[in-house]
Amino acid sequence: MKQLVEKHPLAIRWFHWVNFPVLSLMIWSGLWIYWANDVYRLGWGKTTLLKFFPQSFYQAFHLEYKLAQGMSWHFVLMWVFFLNGLLYVLYTIFSGEWRYLLPNRHSFKEAIQVTLFDLGLRKQHPPVRKFNGAQQIAYTSVILMGLGSLLTGLAIYKPVQFGWLTQLLGGYEFARIIHFALTIGYVLFFIVHIAQVVRAGWNNFRAMVAGFEIVDVDPATHEIKAGPTSLPAADASLSSTK
Amino acid sequence: MTDETPDAAANQQPLRPEAEVLAEARRRSRRSFIGLGLAGLAGFGGLRWLFSEPNDEGMPHRVRKVLDANGQLSHAYFKQTRLAPEFARARARTPRKNGTYGLKSELDPATWRMRVQGYGTGQTREFTLADVQALPKVEMVTELKCIEGWSVIVHWAGTRLSDFLARYPLATRSGRPIDPLNPPADLAPYAAIDTPDGKYYVGLDMDTVLHSQTLLCYEMNGQPLTPNHGAPLRLVTPLKYGIKHIKRIGTIAFVDTRPKDYWAEMGYDWDSGH
Repeated sequence: MKQLVEKHPLAIRWFHWVNFPVLSLMIWSGLWIYWANDVYRLGWGKTTLLKFFPQSFYQAFHLEYKLAQGMSWHFVLMWVFFLNGLLYVLYTIFSGEWRYLLPNRHSFKEAIQVTLFDLGLRKQHPPVRKFNGAQQIAYTSVILMGLGSLLTGLAIYKPVQFGWLTQLLGGYEFARIIHFALTIGYVLFFIVHIAQVVRAGWNNFRAMVAGFEIVDVDPATHEIKAGPTSLPAADASLSSTK
Repeated sequence: MTDETPDAAANQQPLRPEAEVLAEARRRSRRSFIGLGLAGLAGFGGLRWLFSEPNDEGMPHRVRKVLDANGQLSHAYFKQTRLAPEFARARARTPRKNGTYGLKSELDPATWRMRVQGYGTGQTREFTLADVQALPKVEMVTELKCIEGWSVIVHWAGTRLSDFLARYPLATRSGRPIDPLNPPADLAPYAAIDTPDGKYYVGLDMDTVLHSQTLLCYEMNGQPLTPNHGAPLRLVTPLKYGIKHIKRIGTIAFVDTRPKDYWAEMGYDWDSGH
């Protein structure tokens, strides 16, 4: 019997959907800035495996000659990125949502199981919960990355007033490298995130917009037979649905 | 974890009819997706509005306001005693010559004078390089940070602008000498510095003017400045991006209103401070 269970609180959905365009624009304006001194690459000596970025990349997306605009957008939207992230963290702390999100001592083992299963190297389905170990690690890491972007950003934005921070992060040039590397990290996170959302299907995606999931419940025992939310906590929210 | 404890009371709640559940799901989905779409449009419209009207010196007026507020915030936090880090002299390199605006006319070092217009008096005094060099010589090895994103360590030598203003008190209305750590009330709020031909110009706040690492610089890496690097006298301050390190100083004026600034007119942040 199909029942409706609450999954993502309204606040978390807002933080998520505000962050998505804001972080995208931070990355985009960051590219406008980075173009003016695009020196990073993967490689050693004279061997370059990957240059950030080839000229064709800038041309394809018209990223050239926009340093001033890039800095403007970056230093306006940084406030939105910061406040949204701060409110998200405070909300998870005070609402108790952190319990689902923070990894525990089982998360790392579970994350390996999830990864092996997703890659088709393991038959046994990992335990299904609101957030599995891999998700807990990913969603907590991305928040720490956000903090890292804020701190390295501040270190290169005001390297004298926050000189202690700049020194702590390895100096002006190194802090800029970390700031860039974290951005590449978001792009990689985004690719995996989108792939997983597509895999998980509509029910899961809709939960991030509308907040609920439809689950199949055994009418006799009230146990959830199918559907991604099989925590007993899901039963509790059954009673609170209007 | 408390959330994993089965809730016995909830289990006794009767299940709702499926048709009712699916109807609610449809209603809530519709409402949420429309809401998200509207929020997206509102956000897009808001950004379009914020970044429209690029009329305030190459930057949308409202964006300029935000960046100016950022500048004010960083000056509220600013401290004269906070210093840019210094490096070993062996690490000093020659910076690349990134701009020759204001340097294109001929310059005769013998007739060159720095003209300083006193605050509120309208009187202008002229100084020779020897006048500047007669003041205590300060050397520092600091990072020159270009707004483009690169940086280079350079060994600079010159006179502190604050020492110059202590010796020649032109930045106060009363003509009182200045103690940078305890500036007098009648201190000018801004300095405007131009090249002799007026083709390059920067505006500086007094926090920066009075900072101990802001130099009237005449030597780079142990040699007198070359024309490309701003001979005979340039400004150096690790508290700002390179765009504020004006080469070949012609005039300095102490003024009440925020001076025009070459790169700020091209859409960059006026403060551009570190």
